[in-house]
Amino acid sequence: MTTQTAPPEAPAKQERRKLDENTLRNLGLVGVLVLLIVVGIITKPDLYSDPTWVKNNFLTILQQASAIGVVTVGMTFVIIGGGIDLSVGAIIALAGVWATTLATQSYGAGGMIFTALVVGIAVGLVNGVLISYGKLVPFIATLAMLVAARGLAAQISAKQTQVSANDFINSLASERLLGIPLLVWILFLVVAAGWVLLNRTTFGRRTVAVGGNPEAARLAGINVKRHTLLLYALSGLCCGIAAIMLTSQATSAQAAMANLYELDAIAAAIIGGTLLSGGRGTIVGALFGVLVFSTITNLFAINNLSTEVQNMVKGAIIVLAVLIQQFRYKSLTQLFKR
Amino acid sequence: MTIPAPREDLKSDNDVPVPPDSTDGEGPGDVVLRLTDVVKTFPGVRALDGVQLEVRAGEVHCLLGQNGAGKSTLIKTLAGVHHADGGEITWLGEPFAPATPQAAMRAGIATIYQELDLVDDLSVAENAFLGHEDSRLGFTRRRSTAAKTREILSRLGHGEIPPRQAVRSLPAAGKQVVSMARALSHDARLIVMDEPSAVLAHDEVENLFRIIRELTAQGIAVIYISHRLEEIREIGDRVTVLKDGRTTAANLPARSTPTRDLVSRMTGRTIEYVFPPRRPAEQRDPLLVVDGLSRTGEFADASLTVAPGEIVGIAGLVGSGRSELLETIFGARRADSGTVTLDGKRITSVGSAVRKGMGMAPEERKSQALLLDEPVYKNMTLASFSTFAKAGFTDAGGERKAAERTAEALELRPRDVSRPIRTLSGGNQQKVVVGRWLLEDTKLLLLDEPTRGVDVGARAELYQVIHDLAERGVGVLLVSSEVPEVLGLADRVLVMREGRIIHEAPAGAIDEDAVLDMIMAGSLTTESILEGEPA
Ligand SMILES: Nc1ncnc2c1ncn2[C@@H]1O[C@H](COP(=O)(O)OP(=O)(O)OP(=O)(O)O)[C@@H](O)[C@H]1O
Ligand SMILES: [Mg+2]
Repeated sequence: MTTQTAPPEAPAKQERRKLDENTLRNLGLVGVLVLLIVVGIITKPDLYSDPTWVKNNFLTILQQASAIGVVTVGMTFVIIGGGIDLSVGAIIALAGVWATTLATQSYGAGGMIFTALVVGIAVGLVNGVLISYGKLVPFIATLAMLVAARGLAAQISAKQTQVSANDFINSLASERLLGIPLLVWILFLVVAAGWVLLNRTTFGRRTVAVGGNPEAARLAGINVKRHTLLLYALSGLCCGIAAIMLTSQATSAQAAMANLYELDAIAAAIIGGTLLSGGRGTIVGALFGVLVFSTITNLFAINNLSTEVQNMVKGAIIVLAVLIQQFRYKSLTQLFKR
Repeated sequence: MTIPAPREDLKSDNDVPVPPDSTDGEGPGDVVLRLTDVVKTFPGVRALDGVQLEVRAGEVHCLLGQNGAGKSTLIKTLAGVHHADGGEITWLGEPFAPATPQAAMRAGIATIYQELDLVDDLSVAENAFLGHEDSRLGFTRRRSTAAKTREILSRLGHGEIPPRQAVRSLPAAGKQVVSMARALSHDARLIVMDEPSAVLAHDEVENLFRIIRELTAQGIAVIYISHRLEEIREIGDRVTVLKDGRTTAANLPARSTPTRDLVSRMTGRTIEYVFPPRRPAEQRDPLLVVDGLSRTGEFADASLTVAPGEIVGIAGLVGSGRSELLETIFGARRADSGTVTLDGKRITSVGSAVRKGMGMAPEERKSQALLLDEPVYKNMTLASFSTFAKAGFTDAGGERKAAERTAEALELRPRDVSRPIRTLSGGNQQKVVVGRWLLEDTKLLLLDEPTRGVDVGARAELYQVIHDLAERGVGVLLVSSEVPEVLGLADRVLVMREGRIIHEAPAGAIDEDAVLDMIMAGSLTTESILEGEPA
């Protein structure tokens, strides 16, 4: 039987093309990072001439990216699975506040961590139930949760800042292992676990299937509702972890913490190549997206520029990054047409 | 290799007389479209590799070719969706290279695509006039658009479809009518139809042919693509055959060219037309028992059994409730009353159905079955990847190997399983949908139109695969619009009409005419497209 006359190297070429698409995007993000550092060197040559400052500054950037990075991993799963989670910042606040009440603190570090994780998962489960069984649109359900969870956090904390008196929790932000801050280790661990979960497990395969074509997934025997529920719980879990990280950084928690984290996490995921309509995305890309944002923040901090300007630049970067991606993708396919 | 195919093909060789007007395959009018050496490449594939085509005004020019031969690519090049990399296209005597679909439409070429391209949330009228809305100062003129749409729809024999209804709520055949209405809404001089009959029932096809005859009588040219040879005999004037992106035969007379010739030019081999012989199945306890299953407005009181190793076919029109019945058996729809048991255990949801060994190839592959961005092998293992996995970790290598074996068995073209499935031709995507359940340890397979869009050769492969499965003890419940397919494949035939099973007989004890009489009898006419479908 004759087959389509495709040259023998066709399969390899296809694989490579797909690889290239992701690698190129990530390389582009690395390029942006390098560019930002170059801008830093040009604007503050005196600082960059000190090697210890440079090293510490990089670690600061990573440390500042750590909590939002963890949130972005969860967000990436939710978006690939065809949803969105607007309540992440609010979940962090609620988990952080709940974990730092005097009552919780009396159980020690274990009690605080346990509380933060359980609160995160529980709120995520509520989101998930509303969305998959209550059939609410994810945008609406998590928007409502955003308002409600922050409200509850303010209620619990009586709008006060709750100081963490727990040495172990506080030391997470100050201690280092092999010269690298513990928070950064946590980020790397979560990213690595997220990568494995997405690319090597049945859970990840289901996530892509559910986001790519829910009806096809359902008719293939995948329990779409349960999986959607689990995705929001996963996002909640990441928020719980982030709550502990932020609490240790500030040695306190309050109802207004992690403000607008949902926007940063969504933006980082999208810049990293996650399709907002679901079915496609990468964890590594999302990490780069987060790093780009925290490098910008750092650049503005060392130049003593206001956060207002910073936000305007962030907005511009999001638009630019997506534009570049589309352009690059097109030119790439054009290239292969020849 | 023995290749079975529907029985009409047997007849068509001998019985169909050569009509006097098709001497030497000359079409009636002037040449309007001419393609010379057209080439189109995709990454890794030469989809068109030197195509010649000549279309005359007022003729129905048929394109024949195996899955992946390049038919859809060819017509997308005409429609401005793809751009040719080489060769020449002449339209009405002028060189023609439409930059966009709009440009092609303005030039007078309207296209009905193989995959429906409607916007689900827009209304019928909005879809029909999408891209060339009737408007004044930027405001759409809803009333006149609706009126025009109504006129086109009644021309199509479906005046009962309300122009303001959302397309989402229409059944597959209704959507096909809307696609047709869209093509007719242009003042086209050439209408291209890519497998329009694939989603249509018998009587709908007759209706389509009536419209085509009206069009050609006005001098409009039609390019018609179908894998059903008997349709090409009935409606076609001339045939051009494609194989691997090349024209292997041009301008053959559609009615008089022997089937043998057409098939050998398509496939490069000769094919014997028989369904694989069936051994009479020994009496066994039923595997699937459906008892008094009902869903309001869809079907009522359906009872049937399927034994291990038995193939049961359901014949019925689109809208007779057959697909809904299949989906309800599979647990994808909730029954109002009645029970489904497999091996004595109740089936209540898709999850339980799949766990207990049921599989279903659904009717609409794009919306119900495929992850378009994912590679072929991941689509193939969508229902079984967890069985390959160890402790929750997927086994991509193992999946790929298994998918390659299935691709081999189904003659997937191209064979490479790491391509994104969106780059496969329609028929090859269908093979993947069916192949998905060959990887599972399936005890009972539900097949809804399994050969839709599949070419003659591969169809034979699929029949053989279904047979082999039955020989191995798998029960098969099959729905098809093609009565010969049901009769040729099944051991037992159920006839469905208006949501009820009205007749049951061994396949040998009933013939095509009898089945057709039953499914058409009195009540169901083309007007019924909207009935039996939930809004
Ligand atoms: N967008 C694309 N990217 C890459 N390859 C493609 C693309 N579209 C089509 N192809 C390839 O081009 C070839 C021709 O496909 P085409 O869809 O034209 O076949 P066809 O004759 O219409 O088949 P069918 O009868 O199954 O519909 C196939 O090998 C297919 O895999
Ligand atoms: Mg096609």
